Amino acid sequence: MNMRTVKDTIMKMLIFLSAFITIGILVWIIGFVVTRGIKHINLAFLFTFPKGDEGGIFPYIMNTLYMILLSLSIATPIGVLAAIYLVEYTNSHPVVKFIVRVIRFATESLAGIPSIIFGLFGMLFFVIILGLSWSLLSGALTLSIMVLPTIIRTTEEALKAVPSSFREASLGLGASKLRTVYKAILPSAIPGILTGVILSVGRVVGETAAVIFTAGSAVNLMKNLSTSGRTLSVHMYILAKEGISFDMAYATATILLIIVFVINLSTNMLAKRLNKAV
Amino acid sequence: MSYQNHVIKDVIKFENSESDTSMEGKEAIVKIAKLDKPNKRRELTEKIIEAIFMLCALTAVICVATITIFIFWEGGPAIFEIGLSNFIMGTEWEPLADIFGILPMILGSLYATALAIAFGVPIGILGAVFLAEIAPVWLQRIVRPAVELLAGIPSVIYGFFGLIIIVPMLSDQFGGAGNSLLAASIILSVMILPTVISISETSIRAVPKEYKEGSLAMGASHIQTIFKVIIPSAKSGILAAVILGIGRAIGETMAVILVAGNSPLIPESLTDKVRTLTGNIALEMGYAYGLHQEALFATGVILFVFIMGLNLTLNLVTHKAGE
Repeated sequence: MNMRTVKDTIMKMLIFLSAFITIGILVWIIGFVVTRGIKHINLAFLFTFPKGDEGGIFPYIMNTLYMILLSLSIATPIGVLAAIYLVEYTNSHPVVKFIVRVIRFATESLAGIPSIIFGLFGMLFFVIILGLSWSLLSGALTLSIMVLPTIIRTTEEALKAVPSSFREASLGLGASKLRTVYKAILPSAIPGILTGVILSVGRVVGETAAVIFTAGSAVNLMKNLSTSGRTLSVHMYILAKEGISFDMAYATATILLIIVFVINLSTNMLAKRLNKAV
Repeated sequence: MSYQNHVIKDVIKFENSESDTSMEGKEAIVKIAKLDKPNKRRELTEKIIEAIFMLCALTAVICVATITIFIFWEGGPAIFEIGLSNFIMGTEWEPLADIFGILPMILGSLYATALAIAFGVPIGILGAVFLAEIAPVWLQRIVRPAVELLAGIPSVIYGFFGLIIIVPMLSDQFGGAGNSLLAASIILSVMILPTVISISETSIRAVPKEYKEGSLAMGASHIQTIFKVIIPSAKSGILAAVILGIGRAIGETMAVILVAGNSPLIPESLTDKVRTLTGNIALEMGYAYGLHQEALFATGVILFVFIMGLNLTLNLVTHKAGE
């Protein structure tokens, strides 16, 4: 009996230790980066162009923003419609079942492909074969493939969470399937879809390997679809790799962490709203 | 609308009529038949829309197929030119001399991933146990968002943190530059933590309450129940978590490059510099051309094969869990 209490206590301590390590690492990383970075962040840093190793990161912020907007406006419609098909339009016909299985496997595989492979593919296909060169468009197309699984999966979850009484009521009133999806199901699934979109924003913001080989790392503001430029994460990588200016690296890392924090906060808030609504 | 009203009236008349072949009844049937026409148009629109939805769903399939085809198309010939055994068993990587052996990178990736799993998985599973079984609700509300935040931190920041903190620490402790297999595996183990924790937690929570209650009723302690009953019942979910962790570790690029030292030699100790498959691609892609570039795509092929193997395993594991 005593032996058991000792064993239990040891295991319990290990469990607490693991949780503590997890939290500790997070606090360590954030504390370390933010305490050194926050003092270098000011309006000039955010809104001016870089001058050599000094100056601001305005173009990189804008490039990141363009990348988010373009890649998500490609991926969101496709992802949402795909999820609608998977949840609302499938039946138990063997052919349909087979197609759904193939689609599911492809989506899972796409989610598992490492970003460097997306980078290689994007560079080969969009940059070289389609001749789009290192550009905003090449980068955004590559990223839109990358975030597709996230959007499909979260939208699927959101659609599945819509009570089937909504469908039955709408169909029972004589609405067509399309109208049912559009008027009765989608509105209730919006917070869930939004969660997927925000998660994808996080993925686009944090991505480096796939972006650096498709959008390049030029020090300039993207003026149109075919200009090359670096995003915040690519900038961060180059600063760290070359060891150019650690002050600027800390400050850029802090900006990235703030973005990640805001993203997490908003997905949590949406999740809460979603739980309340259902 | 009025059209429908007429039909409804007719149907009522039809129902009220004594004879089952009255004139009104026939008309009603005819009119209901006419009603089918606009429905057919609606059905056609529905079919077209459904086809569009299906096409969108097939985009994922098309993308995976295109990626696979192009990576193999570009990397495959190089593997033949270099020779498969020279390529994957070759221990020297000297692009300038046209010697392309990626065994050091394969081993580098495998060692770094294995160590990351060895460090990260126990902590991850115990962390999941903490969240699902031990922590009171208020503590869960702190720990869970923290884990989510950890998942959201971009890999460059992990790499930067490793470069500034872990690498100098290892250098002080073990001598040398600090850029090493050990540094890479430590950073990777942190990066896989959120994946392992959140998926293990889900699968631990999915274990039926009766198992736990049964075990407690038999006189087992809570801790014994966790390790003898709950974790074994959740093992396929935990296995899925580990596989996803392996995938994340083997595919990670930028964070690893910043801390691993990247020399293309087989590491002999934990403090040796190491280059991974992903690192090999990312480091040299920027300036490679000709056979060198193709050899980098071929490195991508090998990485791709690893990842697809993991995906298939994961598919098998989760399907088994589903049953």
